[in-house]
Amino acid sequence: MTQHDIATILTEELHRIAPDIDPDDTDPAADLREEYDIDSMDFLTLVTALGKRLGLEMPEADYDQMRSFDALAGYLRARTG
Amino acid sequence: MSAFLMPSLGADMEAGTLVEQLLSPGDAVHRGDVIAAVETQKGVIEIEAFEDGILTEWLVPIGTKVPVGTPLATISTGAQDKPEPEVPGDIPPEEPPVKEPTPQPPMPEDLPFEEPMPEPPGPEIPPSDPQAGAPRLRITPAARRLATERGIDLATLSAAPGQTITRADIPGLAPTTKPPPPSDMRAAIAAAMSRSKREIPHYYLSHMTDMTAADAFVTATNQDRPPEERLLLGAVTAKAVARALKKYPEFNGHYTDDRFTPSNAVHLGLAIHIRGGGLVAPALFDTETKDLDTLMGDMRDLVERVRAGRFKARELSDATITLSSLGERGVDELYGVIYPPQVAIVGIGTPRLQPMIVDGAVAPRLAARLTLAADHRVSDGHRGALFLRAIDRNLQTPDSL
Repeated sequence: MTQHDIATILTEELHRIAPDIDPDDTDPAADLREEYDIDSMDFLTLVTALGKRLGLEMPEADYDQMRSFDALAGYLRARTG
Repeated sequence: MSAFLMPSLGADMEAGTLVEQLLSPGDAVHRGDVIAAVETQKGVIEIEAFEDGILTEWLVPIGTKVPVGTPLATISTGAQDKPEPEVPGDIPPEEPPVKEPTPQPPMPEDLPFEEPMPEPPGPEIPPSDPQAGAPRLRITPAARRLATERGIDLATLSAAPGQTITRADIPGLAPTTKPPPPSDMRAAIAAAMSRSKREIPHYYLSHMTDMTAADAFVTATNQDRPPEERLLLGAVTAKAVARALKKYPEFNGHYTDDRFTPSNAVHLGLAIHIRGGGLVAPALFDTETKDLDTLMGDMRDLVERVRAGRFKARELSDATITLSSLGERGVDELYGVIYPPQVAIVGIGTPRLQPMIVDGAVAPRLAARLTLAADHRVSDGHRGALFLRAIDRNLQTPDSL
């Protein structure tokens, strides 16, 4: 899985949840929930979708490593090799 | 034979547009089946049948807007109606089906809109007119006005050759990806909330609640679960409120025709904000009888459908109390406006670490403000306070929920 693939998948899943947000208007290093205006239910939906798509568990204890777009992409990359 | 009517989905609804007929004449109808979809100010609502039978006939064509109470279809409900003669006056004989040509919602001044008046084809000025230092600006009157309002120098504006500058080209009004605010939704909220503030004598209470136990319970529960089976704190609070209502029924029900009718079941309306603006509070049915996992599944389903703008009629009309949570990115406290004909709304502020006294010592605890707005025609502050404390107590023993 290339860097590009992960970013594309993440962008797609975010778009499903927050179709009104243009990724170009967001800061990939800033708080993901703020940037995409997502609540805990949206975030759980995102984690569920990513976990299914990439075959990952994404335990709740790791949520702190998923705070921004970049952090989450890095987290996914590290686990999909 | 019985008539299937355009339902009222709340005090603020006067009419709806039939947008889908999901069954054809001759099809069997079962109680609870979704047989039609109706477009209202709140979105597309699926309408369920209330009895078993056979769909005989559609009385209203798709796309027609009709007042609440208008028969949409006839359903033959069994033996007793076989010989029933057609009562001519019973079914509106092609009563002009109030064919309002779907009135356009009033357009707020500020919406970016297509310029209605194209600039008359004036004399073509070549884009690069050598002799004109300042080529004539092609700009619509509305755009010119807006630019002036915003203090923008017209000389700084430019359009592609041959194009006319419209309002959308004026800085500060660049087209965004956001849809315009759903003005219908706003109108529905305005109607319901105005009625509430006009008719319901609200009183308000607030109570600081320790959420540490509930949060720890959710964390422990989710530890070994895949994402699709995880709980959210919201499911725990929903259950805590529903259980407290069993002892305080005067907060659960409807106030209609000058009297309060408590509800045996708790159908907790969940206030869910809609991206792009607006809010709905559809019901989680039988909240008090469901275990947390079922409740969580129902909440996921509800939120998903609300985001897609599609829910069932009963979900909008049958909620018996509302719960409004600010979630993780809100503020400390909210005081709700009761959604008529309900008589109470519980609010939960954003939980955050705060100093509290535990066993005689100050300790950082995850705490949230619980609030109640309730109808003084039905209950008093004393009972309201006991109700809030009962919710608090339930949240201290989450594994019993």
